[in-house]
Amino acid sequence: MRILLFLAAGMFVGYLLRSRKNVLATARTAATWSLYLLIFFLGVSVGANPAVVRGLGRLGIQALILSAGGILGSVLVARLVSRAGFDRARHEE
Amino acid sequence: MKNSLIILACLVAGILAGSLGWLPRGFLDLNPTAYALDALLFLIGIEIGADTRVWQAARTQSVGILLAPLSAILGTLLGVALFSVFVPGVGLRGSLAVGAGFGYYSLASVLIAHIGGKTLGVIALLANMAREFITLIGTPLLARYFGRLAPIASGGATSMDTTLPVITRSVGTDYAVISVVNGVVLTALAPLLITAILR
Repeated sequence: MRILLFLAAGMFVGYLLRSRKNVLATARTAATWSLYLLIFFLGVSVGANPAVVRGLGRLGIQALILSAGGILGSVLVARLVSRAGFDRARHEE
Repeated sequence: MKNSLIILACLVAGILAGSLGWLPRGFLDLNPTAYALDALLFLIGIEIGADTRVWQAARTQSVGILLAPLSAILGTLLGVALFSVFVPGVGLRGSLAVGAGFGYYSLASVLIAHIGGKTLGVIALLANMAREFITLIGTPLLARYFGRLAPIASGGATSMDTTLPVITRSVGTDYAVISVVNGVVLTALAPLLITAILR
C-alpha cells in the first residue's frame, strides 16, 4: 500500500513535470541507479543464504516455465482477439 | 538489452558479495532496500506520469485499442496459472505475481522480492527478462503463427520501448500506437496487480 502511494505520487509529479525534459532525464537516471542498487541488494540477500544459492539453477528453470506459460497464454488470447475481428476493425479506422 | 546485462551483472555481483562475505556483518539488517524501493517507485511513477503518449492515443483512438492490453493480461494470467502446476514450489499465487510483471523485470523483481521474498524475486527477475528476450527474438514467428497482435501481447510492458522496434518491423508501423498503449497500460498496471495478488 505504502509502495503504491509512492508510485501514485510519482505519477502525479510526473504529469505536472511532463514538459520539463531535463528534470525527467534526471529522474530517469536516478531510477536506473536505484534499480541497480536494489538488484545488487537482492543479490546480496540471495548470496548470504547458501541454500538459495544452491537452488539458483532450479529457480532459473522455474522462471523459464512461467515465462513460457505467460507468453503462450498471451499469444493464444491475442490470436482469438485477432480472429474475432480486431485486425479488421483496426484496418477500417 | 544492454540494460538487462547490467542488471544481471548487478545481481551476480550481489550474490558474490553476499556469499563470500565481502560486506560487513549486520549489513543486511540495516535493510537499505526499503528506502531505495520507495525512491524507485516514486521515480518510475514520474516516468509513467510524464509519458503523454497514452493521453494522445486516448484522444485519437477508439476504446477497442484496450483489447490489446486486456488480452495480454488475460492470456498471461491464464497461462501462468496453468503452468504453475509445473512449479509446485512457487505456487499459484507466486506464479500469478511473476506473470503480472508482464516483462517489466526491473520493477517486478524488486517489488516481488520485497513483498513475496527474495526467492520469488529472483524468479520474477529471470522470468520477466526471459519474456523480453523471447519476444525480441521470437516476434517474427509469433506474428506469423498467432497474428499481428501476438508479439504485442507477448512483449507486455516492454512493447512500448525495448521490443517496439522489432514488433513494428514484423507487424507494421500502423500497429505502433497499439504497441505503445499496450506497454504503457501494462507498465502502470504491473505494480498494482503484483501487490493485489501478493497481499
